[in-house]
Amino acid sequence: MTRLVVVGNGMAGARVVEEILKRAPGRFEITMFGAEIYGNYNRILLSNVLNGSQAAADIFMNPLAWYEEHGITLHAGVRATRIDRERRVVIGAPLRKDALAYAADAAAEGGAALIEAPYDHVIIATGARPFVPPIDGFDGPGAFLFRTIDDCDRIADYAKGRRRAAVVGGGLLGLEAARGLLTHEVEVTVLEAAPQLMMAQLDTESGDMLRATISGMGMKVLTNTITTRIIRSGDQVTRLDFADGTSLDTDMVVVSAGIRPITEIATASGLTVNKGIVCNDQMQTSDPDIFALGECVEHRGATYGLVEPIWGMANVLADVITGTNANAAYLGSKLGTKLKVMGVELASMGETRSADEGDEVVVYREPRLGIYKKLIVRNDRIAGAILLGETEAASTLMQMFMAGSAVPDRRADLFFGSPTGVALLKASDLPDNAQICNCNGISKRQIVEAIETKGCKSVTKVGACTKAGLGCGSCKGLVAQLLEAYLGEVGYDPTEHYYVPGVPLEKSQLVAEIRSRGLKSVSAVFQELAGGVEDPGSKVGLASLLKTLWPGEYDDERDARFINDRVHANIQKDGTFSVVPRIYAGVTTADELMRIAQVAVKYSVPMVKFTGGQRIDLLGIKKDDLPGVWKDLGMPSGHAYTKSFRTCKSCVGTDFCRYGVGDSIGMAQQIERRFQGIESPHKMKLATAGCPRNCSEALVKDIGAVAIEGGRWEIYVGGAAGGTIRKGDLLCTVATQDEVLATVGRFIQYYREHGRYLERTYHFLERIGVDNLRKILVEDSLGICAQLDASIQKAVDAYRDPWQEAQRPAYHAQFNEAELAYTLEVAENNG
Amino acid sequence: MVETIETSMVNLGSVSRIPLGQGRCYVVGAEEIAVFRQRDGRLFATQNRCPHRQGPLSEGVMGAGQLICPLHSHKFDLQDGAGAEHGECLMVYGVEERKGEILLRMNSGRKAC
Ligand code: SRM
Ligand SMILES: Cc1cc2nc3c(=O)[nH]c(=O)nc-3n(C[C@H](O)[C@H](O)[C@H](O)COP(=O)(O)OP(=O)(O)OC[C@H]3O[C@@H](n4cnc5c(N)ncnc54)[C@H](O)[C@@H]3O)c2cc1C
Ligand code: SF4
Ligand code: FES
Repeated sequence: MTRLVVVGNGMAGARVVEEILKRAPGRFEITMFGAEIYGNYNRILLSNVLNGSQAAADIFMNPLAWYEEHGITLHAGVRATRIDRERRVVIGAPLRKDALAYAADAAAEGGAALIEAPYDHVIIATGARPFVPPIDGFDGPGAFLFRTIDDCDRIADYAKGRRRAAVVGGGLLGLEAARGLLTHEVEVTVLEAAPQLMMAQLDTESGDMLRATISGMGMKVLTNTITTRIIRSGDQVTRLDFADGTSLDTDMVVVSAGIRPITEIATASGLTVNKGIVCNDQMQTSDPDIFALGECVEHRGATYGLVEPIWGMANVLADVITGTNANAAYLGSKLGTKLKVMGVELASMGETRSADEGDEVVVYREPRLGIYKKLIVRNDRIAGAILLGETEAASTLMQMFMAGSAVPDRRADLFFGSPTGVALLKASDLPDNAQICNCNGISKRQIVEAIETKGCKSVTKVGACTKAGLGCGSCKGLVAQLLEAYLGEVGYDPTEHYYVPGVPLEKSQLVAEIRSRGLKSVSAVFQELAGGVEDPGSKVGLASLLKTLWPGEYDDERDARFINDRVHANIQKDGTFSVVPRIYAGVTTADELMRIAQVAVKYSVPMVKFTGGQRIDLLGIKKDDLPGVWKDLGMPSGHAYTKSFRTCKSCVGTDFCRYGVGDSIGMAQQIERRFQGIESPHKMKLATAGCPRNCSEALVKDIGAVAIEGGRWEIYVGGAAGGTIRKGDLLCTVATQDEVLATVGRFIQYYREHGRYLERTYHFLERIGVDNLRKILVEDSLGICAQLDASIQKAVDAYRDPWQEAQRPAYHAQFNEAELAYTLEVAENNG
Repeated sequence: MVETIETSMVNLGSVSRIPLGQGRCYVVGAEEIAVFRQRDGRLFATQNRCPHRQGPLSEGVMGAGQLICPLHSHKFDLQDGAGAEHGECLMVYGVEERKGEILLRMNSGRKAC
């Protein structure tokens, strides 16, 4: 067997080994040195670990067991120091437990024996280390870098109980670190030496807008600020001094000011090193038996700081070393990135400022909403793009940018889609080997395979199967397009930013048009805004929107409704229906139960079942029995079939429970009576709990109200425990039941107005950000709360129980089953 | 005026029995036929059961000559029955309106796949 030694067990090292194993399983005897004591993890998700949205354990890609399974000897916690090219061995020294893995002078374990690994080939993948600009006093407690799991742990640990933190560096990682620190409840200040944030990815204008957004999230930003000194009192950081003589009080500091390739081992072994370890197109160093890839490399004069180039390098290196294709060549990478900061939508690729006389620069700005889009077109190709505030177009632009494809004649289509609704770029038309997820290097072929053979039916499932979409998340739109193409889900909008596929307008534009033209029916919208083409895939979404916009005035064309909403019941696999009467807060009476039982007997209901929503489902009812069933039940509709307010579950609360501190049942009944049946972009399931033990699972509901000591209520929004699991975010704490009703109403109305069709609150919340939402709904930063309150009141007033249609059907044949046609009726008439 | 109605034609009664923009299912002999009345007045007729998992197509949402099955949203062209999913298509029948009545031509059934 050929002996292969890999130095560095990060994203590049582990990836290239995977690629080699794919091509030549069993051909290599592999030994790996990793300075970190772990298996391989996804470094780009460290931002999530720091901000608490993922646990460190969730970001491992190759746990230690993987190495064993593949017969790989992993020396974890061992730093390779030199390649003895005479004796053809790689020499490693175990590191001290507390050593900083990437430090140039990481301390070796005293007295531990050196490890020698003989090789035929070596691959160096040592990555990069954070760059520390000259700052007096950086070495010492309270000052951190941000590169490894250990760093995250150290930062989070130290932040406990501190009040203020400063981040030196306003680039991609600095901002992610700052956002992460915010979740540790410290005040955060970002210090940037340049005149703007994210100098490498943004132009001046977008840099300034981003600064406003970041400030709006509660972080302070100082630009033109060069940090020169860290001042401590004892071993506590107290202050930072800046070059201009000013200073800032702080309790800790994280430095994130760029990276530098780790090259010591190459230098020590006599390989050519410049900015990085110099490699040719086959990823060979100056010694043809020694290869290198990743951030430690300099290729054609360029060094990289993102993962995308690694996938390309790993493919070439694996092709060359296994002989699969000895002439494979890596030719360099084009780069695009996305800021992974919750509440900030930002993507950038290529150049940020025009360089050439002939460059065409297209800009769209809407400062009030923080939207800025810029495109630099050169020779009909994208040379660069910036999307701030709205990034739906990012995945399409990125594909076109990377592939160097020609852009449409009307450049605006790149931002807003074409007015005819034709997708600019169909994921289904991309070649099989097109890379969809640039963060994890996942091709279209792998995603299609997951959809077709592994039964992955949602973006989340595809992510779980392939890792696509689990990095910066910007490819999720393309993954969804592939799902649409291969599974044909309706409701998913292929042109993404349109509210519905058949009307080429974003929600805000659509709403404005509908309002200004006074369009009150779905056919009127098609007539005026879609050239008269009545797209069936858009009808249902438009109906829902119109009903929200014109409470009580909407011209309700029933053909625009989904069958469930035509007959107010949920269609089943055999064409029968289910009936779920409303049981407010899960509290029923003997009388109601008896009526339900009588109905079940009278209509021979095949199944009577308690639902997960604290009520009772009668399943298998024939369409023409529906009116009779409702009349006999004498209970209102539970709306278990539509995109609207569904239920408000409750625990027992103060009525009987010995822990209850708030009347959860009374609260839930009030909520359910007030908001029953209110339409929304997607369904809303609520719950109230009488104390923080949360027996009704209020923390994982679209809205949850939890009673706490002192008669107060905490209101959580955006929770989920269905296809997605997400803990709701605390929106605010209020003192009275009336305030709960008011806040819930405000949130619902805001979601109704700004949610995308079929966007559950858990996605809505991630898009808007809870801090933003709190400003708008609690602090009334936009001055719209009074209007929201009035609108929801109007919707509540316009509510009618749809099961009243049992008395008087809304239209002919509403509840009719198939009709027998008699061939006898055929008239033979030949004149 | 001379009218010709062929023997294979079935009169399904007044068009107003199908709500505008919706479908309705008729049982003709042993066949379940879905007849759709588009908002612009055009009529379409197809087999009623979806080739995917027998969803009742007459309950689907339609428009612009297209139909979406109510169960799993597979899409079909009402004109020729072609389905958006590989290997799925519908039997379509000739249907027309005469003097406000729906006339279905049962022997005209054809299938695109
Ligand atoms: C009846 C019930 C199951 C049961 O027997 O317990 C049920 C039945 C269905 N659920 Fe559910 N869900 C039921 C509680 C839940 C719950 C639990 C809850 O409400 O507390 C959840 C998790 C919470 C949530 O909504 O996220 C739940 C998450 C889903 C989802 C996933 C939603 C998501 O975005 O993650 C779907 C699919 C969807 O909405 O696209 C779904 C869809 C469905 C549909 C409507 C599928 C369909 O379109 O036919 C099922 C209808 C069967 C029928 O006709 O009755 N059901 N479903 C429950 C009715 C509750 C009620 O009283 O209204
Ligand atoms: C917080 C954070 C967020 C990021 N977000 C993104 C993003 O959104 N998108 C993106 O494209 N990129 C992102 N990056 C950059 C991305 O993580 C790097 O490009 C990628 O990890 C580089 O891979 P690598 O294998 O070259 O280096 P690394 O992943 O750093 O792996 C190198 C490994 O080798 C070890 N090592 C070094 N020297 C030796 C030695 N002598 N002996 C043994 N082991 C050694 C190191 O300790 C390290 O474990 C992010 C980085 C960070 C830190
Ligand atoms: S989990 Fe919900 S959607 Fe899935 S089968 Fe059960 S009831 Fe139907
Ligand atoms: S039964 Fe018609 S799409 Fe599944």
